[in-house]
Amino acid sequence: MGNEFVQFSLTPILIGILASIACALPGNFLVLRKQALIGDAISHVVLPGIVVAFLITGSVAAVPMLLGAAGAAIVAVILIEAIKRLGNIEPGAAMGVAFTSLFAGGVLLLEQSDTSTVHLDVEHALMGNLESLIWFKALGWSSLWDPEALAGLPDELIRIAVVCALVTVVTVVFWRPLKISTFDESFAQSLGLPVGAIGFGLVVTAAVAAVAAFDAVGSIIVIAMFICPPAAARLMTNRLETQVAWSILFATLSAILGYVFAGYGPLWFGAQNAVSAAGMIAAVSGVILGLACLFGPYRSRIGVGREEAI
Amino acid sequence: MDAFLNALFLGAGYNAALVGIGAALLGFAAGASGTFLFLRKRALVSDAVAHATLPGVGLAFIAMVALGFDGRSLIGLLAGSAVTAAIGLVLVEWMSRKTRLSEDAAIGAVLSVFFGIGIVLLTIIQTMSQGRQAGLEGFLLGSTAGMLFQDAVVIAIGGSLAVAATFVLRRPMTLVAFDPEYAAASGYDVRKIDLAMMSLVMAVTVIGLKLVGLILIVAMLIIPAVTARFWTEKSDTVIWSAGILGAVSGYVGAAISASAPALPTGPIIVLVSAALFTFSLFFAPARGVAAAVIRRQRFQARVHHRQGLLALARQEPIHDKLTLKVLGRDGLIRPDGVATDAGRAKAAKVARDERRWDVAREVHKDVSLTGRYDGLTPIEDVFTPDEIAQFDAVIGKPTAVGGA
Repeated sequence: MGNEFVQFSLTPILIGILASIACALPGNFLVLRKQALIGDAISHVVLPGIVVAFLITGSVAAVPMLLGAAGAAIVAVILIEAIKRLGNIEPGAAMGVAFTSLFAGGVLLLEQSDTSTVHLDVEHALMGNLESLIWFKALGWSSLWDPEALAGLPDELIRIAVVCALVTVVTVVFWRPLKISTFDESFAQSLGLPVGAIGFGLVVTAAVAAVAAFDAVGSIIVIAMFICPPAAARLMTNRLETQVAWSILFATLSAILGYVFAGYGPLWFGAQNAVSAAGMIAAVSGVILGLACLFGPYRSRIGVGREEAI
Repeated sequence: MDAFLNALFLGAGYNAALVGIGAALLGFAAGASGTFLFLRKRALVSDAVAHATLPGVGLAFIAMVALGFDGRSLIGLLAGSAVTAAIGLVLVEWMSRKTRLSEDAAIGAVLSVFFGIGIVLLTIIQTMSQGRQAGLEGFLLGSTAGMLFQDAVVIAIGGSLAVAATFVLRRPMTLVAFDPEYAAASGYDVRKIDLAMMSLVMAVTVIGLKLVGLILIVAMLIIPAVTARFWTEKSDTVIWSAGILGAVSGYVGAAISASAPALPTGPIIVLVSAALFTFSLFFAPARGVAAAVIRRQRFQARVHHRQGLLALARQEPIHDKLTLKVLGRDGLIRPDGVATDAGRAKAAKVARDERRWDVAREVHKDVSLTGRYDGLTPIEDVFTPDEIAQFDAVIGKPTAVGGA
């Protein structure tokens, strides 16, 4: 059992956890800035990004895919901003116009190009393939100390680990300016902080996290992890530091429970096949958010009467 | 091209004609009802509603198969999707009202979680013996290939009902969209009207699932309304032109898609819609980018025109290139920079008006009149000829520029 677990489940769970944390960290700030749906927009435009990268390079290698997706995310952010300013349109509608159009373009390109030889389709983009990221070379727990087996770890694990570390470092390094500009933009401005650059940097960080996570786990987890763990954490505390800690805990919990329920849950009910792990992780994060909405100590709005709040 | 024209005039076969008409009706309904969503600044709520339909589709399929029916019945699937979409909608409302989370976080949470649950259900269905040929993935991006006559009838009837409901509810919904407090004060139940608006959006989403799929239906709700807003300032006109724009996108998109292989209907409709939007963004009168650029250039020319004339009146040399260009174009200076007769006359007039304003400010302490001095409004627009004659009496006789 233990050996099988290491071979088949350890790496998907680790990838799930790292992807969830990488998305949840910037998600905290996006939720507080009321930009939560940027995550939604980014995860939609990743598809045209990877399709264009595929058409240019002709391969599904990871690096061009990631670059294409990151480029598309930045194009989308600029496009949204341009529509907002040029057309004087409210942000939500501008976002809706931009990301649906780009997504439609991506689907069309995908249909038009010959991708029958490679593994590139819409469903894969939406759902990811967490279950297939297994560690072939592992024989058991002892493989964790075996350099030869370690060399056979899936590339996705290493990529998402690097990105997760990067996102963590960026968050820690820019903690103060991020915090100040998130809560009081005018104050941040008066301190001489480059508020616009901080906002753009946050979105780019989110895009990088989304793209790396998307590569491994599909876009559902990306949107869910941007929003659900931070939103649930927001209802647990009034301190940003504590909120971020809660969000990491919730993200980890969602990834582990979601994977276990998806992989072993159906067996408990006598079914033969596992269900989508990506979908299940999103569902678990939703349950956690639901519980936080019902029982979180800081769930209600300040100033709302007790009866109204319940 | 022939294939496209054929499809445009319903000549590309029975199925293509059905899809075209269905898409036009759906486009009209989506454009018209989406307008209220856009005016109420809640465009992305539709995204949550659309994604929340997926678990309903899956559950309806499982339930129908369990009860021994054919799981692919469109009506059954749409009914199921409406139920979970409604639950999603209620949850968005509940979260943004009862907790401290903002509406966008609630939207994102509901759409991702419901979509995740939907995907889980789809993977369960794939393992069922009847599930392999279910083709429920078609609801993600729409699939018109196997559309039956009865599916088209469902879309046509649903679309017409949505348009009718939009027509009946347009007054209260417009009122709530622009000024909810006033609507409440006038005795309307704002929450009920909001609910009606959302139900309308939900109905359109559900009807559109088969045709454009749940990811792109949002575009049909939002883009036509945003496009129509560029062309008019009247809410009624926005509603119906959004409907027409939606119908045109739907119909033309379906025709293009029928004209060649590998042109999926949903994305093509969205791209046609996006093309109309881009055109409007740049070329709409008044609100378009091109109009704004022209307006700015005209204003700039007027300012330079006047500053140039003032410089001529004071006999100062003009160095600014744009000023020289503007004055030269109007025949007020010669290419060597010397004023023509017309230029000297205008310069004298501008200088005199300047003096008149000085006097006006002394005579009239009324800021509402003299406050309109911005250098560009002609003095004749503000004061009557009698008053101007009065100012002139103070100034004295006109003198020619150049002291001649």
